Amino acid sequence: MVTLTVNGKTLETDAAPDTPLLWVLRDHLGLTGTKFGCGAALCGACTVHLDGQPVRSCQLALANVGAAKVTTIEGLSADRSHAVQKAWLELDVPQCGYCQSGQLMSAAALLAQNPAPSDADIDTAMAGNICRCGTYNRIRKAVHRAAEMLKAEGA
Amino acid sequence: MNANLAQDGTSRRDLLKLGALAGGGLLLGIGLGGCSKPAALGGAGGQPVAWLRIGGDDSITVFVDKSEMGQGVYTALTQLLAEELGVALEAIRVEAAPVAPEYVNNLLGAQITGGSTSIRDGFEKLRKAGAQARTMLLQAAATHWGVAPGELRIDGGAVLHGKERLSYGALAEAAAKLPIPKEITLKPATEFTLVGKPAKRIDTAAKLDGSATYGIDVKLPGMLHGAIAQCPTLGGKLASFDGSAAEAMPGVKKIVGVGNGVVVVADHYWQARKALEAVKITWDPGANANLGSQGIRSRLRNAATREGRGVRADGDASAAIKTAAKVVRATYDLPLLAHATLEPQCCTADVRTDGADIHAPTQTQTIAQATAAAAAGLKPEQVKIHTTLLGGGFGRRLEVDVIPAAVLASKAVGKPVKVIWSREEDTTHDTYRPPAHDEVVGAFDASGKLVAWKLDLTGPSITARMFPPVVATAVDPFAVEAAANFPYDVPNVAVNYNREEIGIDVGYWRSVSHALNCFVAESFIDELAHAAAQDPYAFRSGLLRKQPRFKRVLDEAASRAGWGKAPAGHHQGIALMEGYGTYMAQVVEISMRGNQLAIHRITCAVDCGQMVNPNIVDQQVEGSILFGLTAALWGEITLAKGQVQQRNFDSYRMLRLPEAPRIDVHLLASGEAPGGIGEPGTAVVGPALANAIFAATGKRLRSLPIAKSGIVTA
Repeated sequence: MVTLTVNGKTLETDAAPDTPLLWVLRDHLGLTGTKFGCGAALCGACTVHLDGQPVRSCQLALANVGAAKVTTIEGLSADRSHAVQKAWLELDVPQCGYCQSGQLMSAAALLAQNPAPSDADIDTAMAGNICRCGTYNRIRKAVHRAAEMLKAEGA
Repeated sequence: MNANLAQDGTSRRDLLKLGALAGGGLLLGIGLGGCSKPAALGGAGGQPVAWLRIGGDDSITVFVDKSEMGQGVYTALTQLLAEELGVALEAIRVEAAPVAPEYVNNLLGAQITGGSTSIRDGFEKLRKAGAQARTMLLQAAATHWGVAPGELRIDGGAVLHGKERLSYGALAEAAAKLPIPKEITLKPATEFTLVGKPAKRIDTAAKLDGSATYGIDVKLPGMLHGAIAQCPTLGGKLASFDGSAAEAMPGVKKIVGVGNGVVVVADHYWQARKALEAVKITWDPGANANLGSQGIRSRLRNAATREGRGVRADGDASAAIKTAAKVVRATYDLPLLAHATLEPQCCTADVRTDGADIHAPTQTQTIAQATAAAAAGLKPEQVKIHTTLLGGGFGRRLEVDVIPAAVLASKAVGKPVKVIWSREEDTTHDTYRPPAHDEVVGAFDASGKLVAWKLDLTGPSITARMFPPVVATAVDPFAVEAAANFPYDVPNVAVNYNREEIGIDVGYWRSVSHALNCFVAESFIDELAHAAAQDPYAFRSGLLRKQPRFKRVLDEAASRAGWGKAPAGHHQGIALMEGYGTYMAQVVEISMRGNQLAIHRITCAVDCGQMVNPNIVDQQVEGSILFGLTAALWGEITLAKGQVQQRNFDSYRMLRLPEAPRIDVHLLASGEAPGGIGEPGTAVVGPALANAIFAATGKRLRSLPIAKSGIVTA
């Protein structure tokens, strides 16, 4: 059994150590909000936070998670109250929605590090997340809107 | 935010219970004509068939017959119902409808979500259902109070008489006993309070916290997981396999041969994926063992020397070309494309001896049911289709190729099995957008007037495989879109289609032949404008005097884009189209630094008739443009030895956020019938961009993708 910390809870799994974190989350722990898109760190749909840093969970073996704290879309907030979730809702960003867990996790990680990102900062942070429906312009607006919300909350 | 988007095993049982209670609420049936039976309607498999259910607890549920794949049908179709029912959009909860003849899409003849038909098919159906329910609720209230229905009014899910109030839930039982009214007067557009107004989507919240359930997220008790390998050569089969090493691996339950592939079934997906690599498989490549892209191109070129079948003939184009003062000719070649839905193909099957449940992100419930039944050895009515949310559709999920393997695997292990394709399987086993080889001729008379247009299209037919009766005597209508309806005022027009099969299956890909034919037609009309030494916008405008809807979007796009007034070093291209009853024009503004392309802005003017939800229309226009832009810039599937050479997003490139240009969408008010909006934008952006590149460089792009023409795209 391997012990890991996911969304603030200590969980045990019997998954083999070489299982990618993505499949541990989805199949063993029932957290299906994190999506499989490419299995090769090319699309970003599987993005989760590892100690606050965005990582592609399809490329991270369970054995390498160690004591790091894993946060998935289900743990981003308890009630959709994270600024990115509120901004995404306000601007009605998703279409099919399949990529949006990953988009939200990338955006949340960006804002945690850089509370007032420029367009260029957004380009860099979000380039790894493919959206096949083409919601990119709304995503860009929503990242800026979330930054405003965070500023207002902090003020 | 009541959409029932999370997987909810109880809802279907609730529905059956309510239907059986007959009187516990109002269950409004469809397809009944003048029948007076009000509720507990028996559909296929004994499931009630209905548009809506009003529970005694005031809950209102709409059963949406169309699949939600991002295009917003759960919201827009619910808006139509809410409009006539007189309730807020948020008061209604959405469930995916089961399979039943009553849900057949009138425009396509089966229960299908495709062809941008959802609003066109549902615009009356959902309003009618809402109006019927409203009329019955009013009548029930009128009877209760002993007054005429005309003395009552509705507000917020209740019927009001003076200061007295009865909620819809309180009235539902009595209303359910009334005959369904035959004569229904729908609200005129002038009285719409919800339809035509931007509204937030009801499915957004569930897509922000991981609770939305896609096909890949289905969980059933006792479910096992399947990974699949299919013959790398398209059209090939499984010859034999040796699974002895794989069978010994952890979690592996069974290895199942499935016709064109092998499925490893295991306790968990990753166990199945790893074990699949250990299966020794021998493939029978079949007839395509030597098929390559060059061979496909040659085949189409050779076929193009044949006379095609006429789909449009005004005047005599060939004669006019012979006697013309100036003739311009060109050939265009377009590549195969993959759909690349971000959610890979997947299906969960639970096959038992007496029936089966199929949980799938499908666009075609009717065909999914028939396919699953055939694979399981059951009757269609023994198979229930549970439509999940779709992680993108784009036409890919009109195909049912993912279903048989899941059915066979479940049957083999006697348990539910979820089969998920890898990205590589998905890219290499698509049904690809058809390639095309098209020859086009324009002719001017001595005065410089365009007197002839002749377009000869050559390519394989999708419909011949999918719906053979449609093409038994006619040309595939989904091969000549944006070609047969050539809008320009030219006295001699000939459009012909030459069907040539290429050995692999081709499929409906967002905007289907519009994307092929609009690229050719709108690029070549641009060539003719330049040949006539005229401004491309003015040239088009002059030929559209009898086409007010085309001219309106053309003028609007040109004006909003500042046509002819681009900043120094910037260049513009323009293109237009009618498709799905929607008229659209786009202007693309670019600059070039050497061979390096930069796209600065895309301006799009749209007349899609009566809109239901402009917020969603705006999403669809923007998204469809970026879908088309990805294809125009980079999209190409190539074959070698019958195998697709692109495998994942490193070799099949997708547009990313930094590459998404500014898009200005201008939605024009229109009282015309609703048009489809999911697809036109995809078709128009390619030629508008190519025309801009010509304006900037003098280089005419007659094949795609653009990245292959020596232009650096990023």
